[in-house]
Amino acid sequence: MGRYVIRRVLQMIPVFIGTTLLIFFMVYALGDPVAAKCGDRACDPATAAQIRHDLYLDHPLWQQYLHYMAQIFQGDFGTAYNGQQVTELMGSAFPVTLRLTIVAILFEIVIGITLGVITGMRRGRPVDTGALVLTLIVISIPTFVTGYVLQYLLGVKWGVIEPSVSAEAPFNELIVPGLVLALVSLAYVTRLTRTSIAENTRADYVRTAIAKGLPRSRVITRHLLRNSLIPVVTFIGTDIGALMGGAIVTERIFNIRGVGFQLYQGILRLDSATVVGFVTILVIVFLAANLLVDLLYAVLDPRIRYA
Amino acid sequence: MRGATRYKWAAGAAAVVLAATATACGGGGGGGGSSSSASGVLSASWTDPQNPLEPANTNEVQGGKVLSMIFRGLKKYNPKTGAAENVIADSIESSDSQNFTIKLKSGWTFSNGEKVTADSFIDAWNYAALTTNKQINSSFFSYIDGYDKVHPETGSPALKDLSGLKRTGDLSFTVKLNQKFSTWPDTLGYSAFMPLPQAFYSDHAAWVKKPIGNGPYMVDSYTKGTGIKLRKWTGYKGDDAAANGGVDLKVYTDNNTAYTDLLAGNLDLVDDVPASQLKNVKSDLGDRYLNTPAGIIQTLSFPLYDKNWSGSGSEKVRQGISMAINRPQITQTIFQNTRTPATDWTTPVLGTSGGYKAGICGDVCTYNAAQAKKLIEEGGGIPGGTLKVSYNADTGSHKDWVDALCNSVNNALGNDNACVGNPVGTFADFRNKITNKQMTGPFRAGWQMDYPLIQDFLQPLYYTGASSNDSHFSNADFDKLVDQANAESDTTKAVGLFQDAEKILAEQVPAIPLWYQNGSAGWSDKLSNVALDPFSVPVYNEIKVSS
Repeated sequence: MGRYVIRRVLQMIPVFIGTTLLIFFMVYALGDPVAAKCGDRACDPATAAQIRHDLYLDHPLWQQYLHYMAQIFQGDFGTAYNGQQVTELMGSAFPVTLRLTIVAILFEIVIGITLGVITGMRRGRPVDTGALVLTLIVISIPTFVTGYVLQYLLGVKWGVIEPSVSAEAPFNELIVPGLVLALVSLAYVTRLTRTSIAENTRADYVRTAIAKGLPRSRVITRHLLRNSLIPVVTFIGTDIGALMGGAIVTERIFNIRGVGFQLYQGILRLDSATVVGFVTILVIVFLAANLLVDLLYAVLDPRIRYA
Repeated sequence: MRGATRYKWAAGAAAVVLAATATACGGGGGGGGSSSSASGVLSASWTDPQNPLEPANTNEVQGGKVLSMIFRGLKKYNPKTGAAENVIADSIESSDSQNFTIKLKSGWTFSNGEKVTADSFIDAWNYAALTTNKQINSSFFSYIDGYDKVHPETGSPALKDLSGLKRTGDLSFTVKLNQKFSTWPDTLGYSAFMPLPQAFYSDHAAWVKKPIGNGPYMVDSYTKGTGIKLRKWTGYKGDDAAANGGVDLKVYTDNNTAYTDLLAGNLDLVDDVPASQLKNVKSDLGDRYLNTPAGIIQTLSFPLYDKNWSGSGSEKVRQGISMAINRPQITQTIFQNTRTPATDWTTPVLGTSGGYKAGICGDVCTYNAAQAKKLIEEGGGIPGGTLKVSYNADTGSHKDWVDALCNSVNNALGNDNACVGNPVGTFADFRNKITNKQMTGPFRAGWQMDYPLIQDFLQPLYYTGASSNDSHFSNADFDKLVDQANAESDTTKAVGLFQDAEKILAEQVPAIPLWYQNGSAGWSDKLSNVALDPFSVPVYNEIKVSS
């Protein structure tokens, strides 16, 4: 397993370089960022030239990229356009989004898998149809609708929660935003688990386990579930990366100053240091999550081995 | 099973590390958001300013809010009338509208104890003008003699100090301008002209983290991205001391969230009610909502560098387009009357003595479908057949009114393809296209005044080669009239000359005036005496907080 892990980590390096290059080019292609700094009026040319010079923008693109990579390897992710260090921005944004993602994933796992198992075992019954209709409704409603509705009902009308999340964003304040974020993925997890369980109920090893006289609950949790979870775990693994970077709508609704918000500001202001820095970390998170998921396969299904 | 156990340990260890990072890196579990911790402190909405909070580096409203609370300069604009009043200046005199003698009042200090002297101003203005300091408001100092040495168009500056500034005593200095500009003293209330303490230069990084000023409030703490806490400075000697204990400005990612927080009682003051909430704001807040004129005008500018728009007769096309826009209908339906149809190129906030004159635009700004059609045909038709109105799609909900405007033009001309909106992705991209002269059709151009003078609405926008002349309009008669008005020391005569220049705009129409914008604010029942100044910023120091 050790060799496998090392191989995977080494494979991350070309992916890392390729993505940073691509993102750097894309942000550059969007245009000159200095114009936006002066608001609704034109920047005077001398100041604009000075700003460009200080941000290394008056060099050709490939030189800018090399300069940026050299800085990264010294741990300096550059300075965002509002004067803050990008590492400072990351340090305040990532833990918040991480907490939000953890809450969302927990909801997905607990509610999604439980519901999936129940409906998978009772296919065709009213519970199953009810859950299918519910998941369909949840998938069809966009996140911002559920977000605003829940914020208004729970925050303003009934006063159960605060409508916006404070700056420190502790776990208890992130429950409703996490739920909103998780809803669509939750529905997918339910359906995936349901299909997977329904398929595996007919497998040989399940018949053997039942024939041996094992109690039903043990058959489900110890034998059936472990194998059925493989597609679900794959989905959740990719979802981690997607949730961390793409929670922008939920973050705006609940005033959570996380990764999505910083990325959005960076894109609006054409701030390549912020965008490339954040996306690079997100890529690493994605790769790490994928590695974790692959390792989990061996835990779940004893038939899988790694060289 | 041996392999599986090893993997389990690996997976388990990774999960524990992840959870530890999440909880450890965050702050401790803070309490729920309580708005006013101390007595008499109000909380208000804010967004992170784009540039650091240096006076000469801030030209947008959010940074300007803070500067107006922690700084006082030579002059201040009266929140009700907009007139420029002396604050630190004792007198500003000139005999020829070009050389000014400024005398300061004694006794003014910064909140760290330093005295406010002539050097506080001279050093700050030299810092702002120097190119290598990258201050985006440098161009406000371009009227001072010696600016071209300190801020050359290309290359490095030859000198560090503006030769037009001369210290004549601890509390007096003289300013020599490089052109006649009779109303120059009235521009000195703008935030770029604020004095700075020596602490700004000796430890610049610390100053930017916690700015030190001389106004009614001082900075208690400033967390970028989260908010800034301002507290009443008891050592303030001016006559507009704070009526409350302080202001907590909280950063909101979205204005809608700020509004929701106001309704839930988490926030005391929102000073820009989002457009989508305008329909229900009266029922939500009752009389805790105001909507007053601000010095902002929205126009549609034309790219006069494009040969299609600069031929002879093209001004008829522009006049016709202006007549095809039904302004009252748009401001009522889309904006719920928070905008007023424009009839000149300035703003009602100036008042008649300041230069506002309803009707200078005349028939050109009145809806008249038949005349519009006739004029456009006479002018040779719309270039390219279809009018493409460009705007930035990322902020400001511009899509709604641009579509409405195009519908109005289509209806007037009886042609569904006469006008269409052309969204540009980001504001940065939009400004780039404008600066690089890549526009082929009209584009939205909003203008917020820097100071309440008619000069600010005409010279920077329509004078040949001026800093914000996006349409690249150039008319020798207009320039001559503006120069004459600037040299005229009698205010009434000067205003008359500016209005004569404005009449040229009504004939040539380099930009179509659309509407004057209002500022809006909503507040909780804890506050009273809330008002907006002509820059649509709340007058924080006059708000009273009941506990």
